[in-house]
Amino acid sequence: MLRGAGRFVGDIAHPRAYYVAFVRSPVAYGRITAIDTTRARVLPGVVAVLTSADLQDPELVAVLERPNEEFVRTAMPMLAHDRVRYAGEPIAAVVAESRYVAEDAAEQVWCDIEEFAAIMSLDELGSSAAPIHPEAPDGVLVDLTMFEDEHIAETFAAASLVLEETFRSARVSASPLEARACLAEWRARDEQLVLHASTQIPHQMRTGVAQALDLAERQVRVIAPDVGGGFGLKCVVGREEVVVAAIALRLRHAARWCEDRRENLTASFHGHEQEYRVRAAFDDDGLILSLDADIRCDIGAYSVYPFSCGVEPLMAASELPGIYKVGRYAARARGFATNKPPSAPYRGVSRPQIVLVMERLMDKAARRLGIDRIEIRRRNTIQPHEFPYTGSNGITYEPGSYVEALDLCADALKKAGWWDRRECTDGRLRGIGIINFSERTAYGTSTLSMRKMPMTPGFDVSYVCMDPTGDVVVTTGTCSQGQGHETTFAQLVADRLGIRPERVKLRQGDTNLVSFGWGTWGSRSLVIGGGAATVAARRLADQIKSVAGELLEANASDIDLVDGNAQVRGVSGSQISIDEIAATVHFRSHTLKNSGEHLLEARGMADPSGMFSNASHAALVEVDPGTGDVRVVDYIVVEDCGVVVNPTIVEGQVRGGVAQGIAAALYEELAFSPDGQPLSGTFMDYLLPTASEVPSITIHHLETPCDQTETGSKGMGEGGLIGAPAAVVAAVNDALRGYGADIDCIPIHPADVLAVLQGTSAAQGSRLQETS
Amino acid sequence: MKDQHLVTIEVNGREHELLLDARRTLADTLREDLGLTGTHLGCEHGICGACTVLLDDQPVRSCLVFGVQADGHQVRTVESLADGDQLSDLQQAFSDHHGLQCGFCTPGFLMLAEAYLETEPEGGPQEVREVLSANLCRCTGYQGIVEAVTVVAADRREKAAVTQRAGDA
Repeated sequence: MLRGAGRFVGDIAHPRAYYVAFVRSPVAYGRITAIDTTRARVLPGVVAVLTSADLQDPELVAVLERPNEEFVRTAMPMLAHDRVRYAGEPIAAVVAESRYVAEDAAEQVWCDIEEFAAIMSLDELGSSAAPIHPEAPDGVLVDLTMFEDEHIAETFAAASLVLEETFRSARVSASPLEARACLAEWRARDEQLVLHASTQIPHQMRTGVAQALDLAERQVRVIAPDVGGGFGLKCVVGREEVVVAAIALRLRHAARWCEDRRENLTASFHGHEQEYRVRAAFDDDGLILSLDADIRCDIGAYSVYPFSCGVEPLMAASELPGIYKVGRYAARARGFATNKPPSAPYRGVSRPQIVLVMERLMDKAARRLGIDRIEIRRRNTIQPHEFPYTGSNGITYEPGSYVEALDLCADALKKAGWWDRRECTDGRLRGIGIINFSERTAYGTSTLSMRKMPMTPGFDVSYVCMDPTGDVVVTTGTCSQGQGHETTFAQLVADRLGIRPERVKLRQGDTNLVSFGWGTWGSRSLVIGGGAATVAARRLADQIKSVAGELLEANASDIDLVDGNAQVRGVSGSQISIDEIAATVHFRSHTLKNSGEHLLEARGMADPSGMFSNASHAALVEVDPGTGDVRVVDYIVVEDCGVVVNPTIVEGQVRGGVAQGIAAALYEELAFSPDGQPLSGTFMDYLLPTASEVPSITIHHLETPCDQTETGSKGMGEGGLIGAPAAVVAAVNDALRGYGADIDCIPIHPADVLAVLQGTSAAQGSRLQETS
Repeated sequence: MKDQHLVTIEVNGREHELLLDARRTLADTLREDLGLTGTHLGCEHGICGACTVLLDDQPVRSCLVFGVQADGHQVRTVESLADGDQLSDLQQAFSDHHGLQCGFCTPGFLMLAEAYLETEPEGGPQEVREVLSANLCRCTGYQGIVEAVTVVAADRREKAAVTQRAGDA
């Protein structure tokens, strides 16, 4: 990577590969009446121009196996036919000898589209004469009443304080720096379609391509080489990958596509566009008695494969209460189809929103009841002696350091002098936000089966093999995009084998070389993939000990693997190097009486139900009262992901996540015109934070070991982004405390801040409603 | 009709004669014609800086420069930084300070930082942050990158001072 020797999909040389460019819908909603490809076909260098019919109308269907009242089954065509449902939707594919020619030709394809009124916000549902999906006339694709409580009304009637609040978060893009890319080739000798793709889920991509193109799984090989960030955007199967594969298959010629940034921002996958209408009841002491939530997710035009459009509503409703002991809980979560690109599970998946909701409720209740905002959290939080705690949402929380993390964070910001800095009178307004949460990580099959996906993810397998020189290859079905799995998996395996981590090589991201796996998402890799590798390594260690026992004339159970040697415990000098054992097993197996299967290899599997990591975040912000500009100037995280395998990597994940969370709170928003044209098509319009917007982040670790995993670790890939929006919003409200600020929607724009300062703060909610 | 030009570009100390379409970008020239795929394309509209290379020692967005514009000029890419197996001080610092995760933006940051460091700057953290704000990283939150560049700036200043003292003596 540092030498420029990384191998991303676009870096793979293929001198003869054709380039594919997509013809995309210029309008948000309409019916295709004609496609004329004549002018494009005749351009020199153009090989083919293909529509859906040319490829036999491939499609993917992502469903939840629930009754039609809860989930409406819809299909996503790989190329639009009949209807287009968002601006940017692919309609045709141009295949040419160079990318330049392909893009020229794409501009020459003429589409006649009868335009319909686009549905661009939840307020416009039902307004169009033509529903987006005829199967769902009201636009509702998901409608889940997760919890009902007939006594909830009584608690509201008896409460000291009832808050009725609406929270919104804008549509955002994961924006990995490497956009999507693929290179497909039919290899006749192997009878295999080889698809290099920038993906988080090679095996699910294999399944999706095989299903869409009617191939057997063995006929598809998916290879994810270096992947330049994913954050969820690459944990779904894109239409373009399937189409490029179909082209390679049809033309029997290699074809490639590299998504450009405009396509990535306007026509790939989005997330996090949600609205929460919440009623919460508190007693005099600030204890939350009940919570009733109506959650509406704008899921865009299609249900994405394989997770379906149920992923955000389901997560939101099932996990909203979080770390707080909510007495009674009721929630309805819906997913609505609109004329925007489909949403995929972007990092955090509903947790940034539910943490924002719960933490705002705590701050509001604290203010209304005159209770310190840290104290009200302490009172409502699951206490150390209450674990395992089963909440009113039916979830059982295993031990975490909820109260301890909050107290440590409060102490850290105090020691860092934040309260003094908050009172500084230099014209700027300063505020402190402090929040606390937990997040379920590493969902296994027992938990994910409750979602009722036809393919239930969750477990992972690993294979560990020692070669004749004593070096080790470990496979995993997870698939790194920069999370350092090469480092951490090697550490885990090496620890169990008593060898140096440099001698362990991780193999991932190739469906021919890795038997199966569920990829990298949902903070699962180190826990589930690493857990499987740990089990496999332990079994391999047992084999090594068995051989060592024979060679050293000792019991295998008396052998320790340490510093590259197998040694008899307590007998100095009685040892043999692991390299020697490896050589003996492979080259001189006839000298062994019990040579087993003549190899040093083992498999392992892990499938935990999922475990809760927790963290407390604090943000210090400065507001410029003249411009409304908000800067996050200092940031503290106290995190507990169980036993930390590699602190550097954990801290890197936290910092990167916090940067994305700060951006979601203050900068990033995908805007559309009222008729559905995307307005955020460049990094000039969609504001990724730079080094100037992200402060130094101080991280403290707590360790509550997890008993579901051999390593004691919990997942932690998403927490930074989950906590940061709530922390920043709390800090901005605190900075504007003198002006009665009550900001509940993200992102917070300078105009929203100015509206508060000028006493016209109703502006924010309506603005987000208009543009969302 | 093709509008092609024969150009000579010195890339990483080696001269190349190339026949380029007028509209071919320098990034595509480097990546596809010369196989130097360390230069990455993250946005192709000049914001993210993943494609940053040095054109006559100045950092440029190679997605916004045409190959023909480099005719008769020197280009340095990320592949020029290491000396054989030996990483440069800057590359080593990125590794030591966890200045990369997925690695896609890394070549651009390395070249941006290298150009900055060659100006022999004061290199305080605030200035480093401002300079590095030219490029985008989506993984790291920037802290490791800022630390790496700050440390190298200090090291190089220290080394220059030692050399200077040795020269004076």
